[in-house]
Amino acid sequence: MNQSEFLQKVMPFKDKVFRLAKRLLVSTEEAEDATQELYFKLWKNKSKLNDYNSIEAFAMTMTKNYCFDRLKSKQASNLSLVHSNYKDGGTSLQKRVELNDSVSLVHKLIENLPEQQKIIIQLRDIEQYEFDEIAEMLNMQPTAIRVSLSRARKTIKEQLIRQHNYGIS
Amino acid sequence: MELANIEKLLEKYMEAETSIAEENELKTYFSGDTVAPHLEEYREMFGYFSASKKEKFTKTIQLKSQKLNWKWLTVAASVVLLVSVYTGYQKNQQAKAEKYYEETQYAFTLLSANLNKGTAAIYELQEFETTTNKIFKQPK
Repeated sequence: MNQSEFLQKVMPFKDKVFRLAKRLLVSTEEAEDATQELYFKLWKNKSKLNDYNSIEAFAMTMTKNYCFDRLKSKQASNLSLVHSNYKDGGTSLQKRVELNDSVSLVHKLIENLPEQQKIIIQLRDIEQYEFDEIAEMLNMQPTAIRVSLSRARKTIKEQLIRQHNYGIS
Repeated sequence: MELANIEKLLEKYMEAETSIAEENELKTYFSGDTVAPHLEEYREMFGYFSASKKEKFTKTIQLKSQKLNWKWLTVAASVVLLVSVYTGYQKNQQAKAEKYYEETQYAFTLLSANLNKGTAAIYELQEFETTTNKIFKQPK
């Protein structure tokens, strides 16, 4: 795979990689670094990329694994975990305002979901992949994905209703 | 789209049985202004999903390594080392040569000084001889 082919086939889903990384790593900076790192890895292995039937699915799997590794190493050192909660420079004021918005109430609710459900919500409801594609990315059965997704959607809905009732009363 | 239909789709959606097309229908419905009040919380959900998809990666991706290429760095370092060792050696040789030159120079001056002492003595001797010759005229 040469450079122009790489730009054509691999670059278009960089936003999806970034958004998945951000979903898992929370901080924008971390997600940017992760995207950069992942694309560098893909570029280094460009000769092997054509062996995969879907480069995009492969990249998403890679993103998931990379983010899990990052999270693990973060948990190992408590300091950086605390640090990253505050590290969201630039748009922090806007972010804080947004957090009070009901739109990012959904964001917070997704953040509280288990990792697996978080990824599935991201891949299905935001990126709108088909179940077969998600199954390939996560190495799961499509039925298991449906179960997990249904659970996640119900949790978000119930929490939203609860929060709103609380707000009214 | 009629409300009953939307409610049916939502039920399917909650069981994760809707297709992408059906989910898009829901998204368009909830992005509109005519959302039934009892479905308000879904508007937030779908609104968030649609908004999230718009987030873009704005930085440029660098495919070539940002980190220093250690292989080339070692090559450069060894070249620098070689050059500096070579020039150092040259300098050292030159300094040595200069030292030797100075030493020989010193030895020569010493030699010439002593030699001059000798010639001065010989000159005195000669002077002595001419004066004696003046006083005691030598028969020719």
